[in-house]
Amino acid sequence: MTHYIIRRVLTSAVLMIIISMVTFGVFFMVPKLAGTNPAELYVGKQATPADVAATARKLGLDQPVTVQYARFAKGLVAGRDLDDGPNRTHCAAPCFGYSFRNDRPVWPLLLDRLPVTVSLAVGAAVLWLAGGVLAGVVSALRRGGPLDRTMMVLALAGVSLPVYFTGLLAQLVFVHTLHWLPGGEYVNLADDPAGWAAKLLLGWVTLALLYAAAYARLTRAQMLETVGEDYIRTARAKGLRERTVIGKHVMRSVLTPLVTIFGLDIGGLLGGAILTESVFGLPGIGRLSIDAVNTKDLPVVLGVTLFGALFIVLANFIVDLLYAVIDPRVRLG
Amino acid sequence: MATTNSPTTTGPLAQPGRLPQPSAFLDVRDLRVHFPTDDGVVKAVDGVSFTLERGRTLGIVGESGSGKSVTSLGILGLHRRGHTRISGEVWLDGEELVSAPPERVRRLRGRKMAMIFQDPLTAMHPYFTVGAQIVEAYRVHHRVSRAVARRRAVDLLGRVGIPQPARRVDDHPHQFSGGMRQRAMIAMALANDPDLLIADEPTTALDVTVQAQILDLIRDLQDEYRSAVLIITHDLGVVAELADDILVMYAGRCVEEGSAQTLFRRPEHPYTWGLLGSMPRVDRAARDRLVPIKGSPPSLINLPTGCAFHPRCPHQGRDGIPCRTEVPDLAQGSDHGVACHLPPTERRRTFAEDIAPAL
Amino acid sequence: MSTHTSPDRTTARPGTDELLRVTGLEKHFPITRGAFIRRTVGAVRAVDGVDLTVATGETLGLVGESGCGKSTTGRLISRLLRPTGGSIVFDGRDITDLSVRRMRPLRREIQMIFQDPYSSLNPRHTVGTIVGAPLRVQDIPTPHGVKRAVQELLELVGLSPEHYNRYPHEFSGGQRQRIGIARALALRPKLIVADEPVSALDVSIQAQVVNLLDDLQRELGLTYVFIAHDLSVVKHICDRVAVMYLGKVVEVAPRDALYATPLHPYTLALLSAVPVPDPDRRDRAQRERILLTGDVPSPVDPPSGCRFRTRCWKARERCERETPALRELAGGHLVACHFPVEDAERTPRGRIAAHLAAADVAPATTTPA
Ligand SMILES: Nc1ncnc2c1ncn2[C@@H]1O[C@H](COP(=O)(O)OP(=O)(O)OP(=O)(O)O)[C@@H](O)[C@H]1O
Ligand SMILES: Nc1ncnc2c1ncn2[C@@H]1O[C@H](COP(=O)(O)OP(=O)(O)OP(=O)(O)O)[C@@H](O)[C@H]1O
Ligand code: SF4
Ligand code: SF4
Ligand SMILES: [Mg+2]
Ligand SMILES: [Mg+2]
Repeated sequence: MTHYIIRRVLTSAVLMIIISMVTFGVFFMVPKLAGTNPAELYVGKQATPADVAATARKLGLDQPVTVQYARFAKGLVAGRDLDDGPNRTHCAAPCFGYSFRNDRPVWPLLLDRLPVTVSLAVGAAVLWLAGGVLAGVVSALRRGGPLDRTMMVLALAGVSLPVYFTGLLAQLVFVHTLHWLPGGEYVNLADDPAGWAAKLLLGWVTLALLYAAAYARLTRAQMLETVGEDYIRTARAKGLRERTVIGKHVMRSVLTPLVTIFGLDIGGLLGGAILTESVFGLPGIGRLSIDAVNTKDLPVVLGVTLFGALFIVLANFIVDLLYAVIDPRVRLG
Repeated sequence: MATTNSPTTTGPLAQPGRLPQPSAFLDVRDLRVHFPTDDGVVKAVDGVSFTLERGRTLGIVGESGSGKSVTSLGILGLHRRGHTRISGEVWLDGEELVSAPPERVRRLRGRKMAMIFQDPLTAMHPYFTVGAQIVEAYRVHHRVSRAVARRRAVDLLGRVGIPQPARRVDDHPHQFSGGMRQRAMIAMALANDPDLLIADEPTTALDVTVQAQILDLIRDLQDEYRSAVLIITHDLGVVAELADDILVMYAGRCVEEGSAQTLFRRPEHPYTWGLLGSMPRVDRAARDRLVPIKGSPPSLINLPTGCAFHPRCPHQGRDGIPCRTEVPDLAQGSDHGVACHLPPTERRRTFAEDIAPAL
Repeated sequence: MSTHTSPDRTTARPGTDELLRVTGLEKHFPITRGAFIRRTVGAVRAVDGVDLTVATGETLGLVGESGCGKSTTGRLISRLLRPTGGSIVFDGRDITDLSVRRMRPLRREIQMIFQDPYSSLNPRHTVGTIVGAPLRVQDIPTPHGVKRAVQELLELVGLSPEHYNRYPHEFSGGQRQRIGIARALALRPKLIVADEPVSALDVSIQAQVVNLLDDLQRELGLTYVFIAHDLSVVKHICDRVAVMYLGKVVEVAPRDALYATPLHPYTLALLSAVPVPDPDRRDRAQRERILLTGDVPSPVDPPSGCRFRTRCWKARERCERETPALRELAGGHLVACHFPVEDAERTPRGRIAAHLAAADVAPATTTPA
């Protein structure tokens, strides 16, 4: 087991390094391909070419990509100083870059927005796991019946409807027409729990719907497969109650693939969150990145992308560990 | 062992000459298990009857798909109710199971009747430890603490010959070898000292040396507990090793039954001859050719008319017997039942003159 | 196709016309650890010094318990795997280290038949495509076209030419195994390595396939290496038998000699374990049966000296120290044991003594692989 963990930690670390290199490389290339000078983005359109060149030099943007990456990497680990002409700014570790538009390092920007995104993601995850798995189990147990069919049609619809459609529709009906839910600004959980939940509710449901459908289908398929396994027959042959057979023996096997998929989805959630946040006007990381793209705030976009990628690696690492706990056969591998 | 195999009567109670309540420990009467499918009704078991006493072993043999496993699952009540049509009666120790409420059958399952399955790798839950699975089997039927059940599990593992049971009890099934897994399966089946032990191909997935160990173990345990054992296999060698009585199945029916000696020394059904003839034997000088049964097993949805074996039977229609039109009954009376239209004298003569010399 | 005529089965003896000679054959599968820096921490010694010869037209049986390296040996012989040691000489040519490209023309001459008739045939291809594939791949000239050639092959294995356009799922297990055999025969090989060709089949279908293999050998002068764990089938079909234990050949002998006078204790135990389909001899068989204790040790870390010593009731100090070499004790009867089974041990009394002695061997505490 220890071997396994050490191996996974190493793999994840190397993966993170590679990802940071690739991401950095891409963001280094993009302005070049677009024919713009990144320094222009910092100083603004009105600046003279000389100003641009000076800024580029100061920021080290004229250096080769390897040198720039080395600085960036050092910043991530140990923090670094940014020399922007007259004023020197310190960007503390982990330094994901410095946003000149906001005049702040990227990391605190991210941290500011993180609670919103986490609130949205965790709430949605709880909803979709509970809802999706429950629907899948019920469907599988009532296989072929009217309940099963209805559920699977809904699931299909859930998978195929885009978030902006369901989201905007829900927003229109519940907030603007029925006034059941507040419009207004996002509030913190600590300040006003009810308001927090009310504001997030639609986001949770919309996002959960997107995933719950897939989970229901996966759970159902997995259950139907497991129910046919020899070891389930053995469980029945022992005289176990049907409740125990399904709740313990079948669910144990269904859980394993669910955990895997869940890990991948948590990673990919950021994508779903971006859309959802913008639909419901939630000030999370998704919104941050959209705003950054709109204002061409390259460091922020880079920071968010890298953060997202690292988050996915981390999620996968945790899933792998979970997997080893769940499936004893993995430990020896 | 008395057997009937009457295709005409619908309920066994309608059969003359049989007590409504049997005296035998296990008495299966006219068991039928049909599966409705999109292509038609699969008549997997179509009127099988037999009895089995405590301390005795009955072997069921037959080709793949002849309904052996379906019969055993039918006794345990393990078929999914909504998808299966079951009729007939299964009397276990004076209690009828087919018509009993499922909850009642569940309480008997694992306690009074237990089962060992073919493939010990797939028949154990991969995510639970061997010990946990045995503990569970014990605690369903006994209100005892985990610690007590665990001691019982260690005990059972030791009984079936697992070395260092106190340590191995916490292993997962994949950490056991095939033979050890099958031993663990047997330990699980024995957890509640069942009176009826059904072993469905208990050694088919194992090597001969391990098979010999497992058969030895089953024999020992039966001597010790005097349970009734039903062993299902397609290996005639294995039944010859274990069984007191043998029942030969073909296409969901019993075609011949009798004591092991009878069936091996003077079999009378052409299908049984076919099985014996197609089997290479290690205890005889090598023959030149095996004698396979021609053709392939019948469809259980559209069974051949008359004797289901007739398309493959070399004696079909001999002397004008009605093989294609009439279903032969499992002739009753003696302790040797044969479902074939050939007259008994003719069968015995054919076996002695044509079949036996070639075996 | 082989120009040799099939020799009389009873007189076929090794060395008469040698087709295959395997010397010191080894296959060690490395066990690696580490995600980035792969290092080898050990090896599965699946095949560890196997010597065999096969004469033209004979059938050599390869028996032994699961995991003893039979399939690996078969795959090495047909060069689907590259040996890690030893040599393979086929038809006078050393094929041990031939590259895939150089091996290609030889593929025609060595073919393999696999155990599972279900998974070894591509379900999306017709029988015609499956059986004809080797002809097309190897560019074999077919005077009347590939289709005719395939139909002839189908007839040869007892299928009908009309089956040409059907799919594998339309056939029964025995018929599917015939399709596999037809495919192996397409290139008119000299040697066929059959890896458990009948193990997955019902007795009556098994008999059909066994008879077919027999007929084909007689008609085409084929040579077989027949891998199986069923000693009854092997007795029926093989001229000579090699017994393997944990990656090594422990005994090789002409069929009748092996079954009548086994010399290796393991062979004796193996033969005694075969269930006898005769209820009258049941009690006797049980009293004389040698039940080995414990499991086969792991091929990663086999016992020193004789590999069977952890379960052998005759083991002595020398067995631990010294690896017994395969030596010839009688005509064509080779055994690797320091203390081969003697005649007295094959009498009923000797067998009962062995039965008791074997039960007393302390089970090895090693966990199986
Ligand atoms: N749930 C089911 N639905 C439809 N058909 C079924 C079902 N279960 C079994 N059958 C069919 O019933 C027949 C008898 O099956 P059974 O498993 O009893 O055979 P068997 O004698 O045990 O064979 P084997 O030796 O291969 O185990 C087979 O043709 C099988 O396909
Ligand atoms: N590719 C591989 N990598 C690692 N180990 C392997 C590989 N192939 C086989 N082995 C191991 O080599 C040993 C011999 O395997 P092999 O398949 O040759 O046995 P076998 O005698 O054919 O057994 P069976 O009767 O089960 O088919 C086994 O311990 C197996 O686990
Ligand atoms: S009844 Fe006829 S077809 Fe059936 S087994 Fe007897 S002889 Fe053969
Ligand atoms: S060499 Fe020794 S241990 Fe090995 S088989 Fe012979 S007697 Fe047994
Ligand atoms: Mg079965
Ligand atoms: Mg193999």
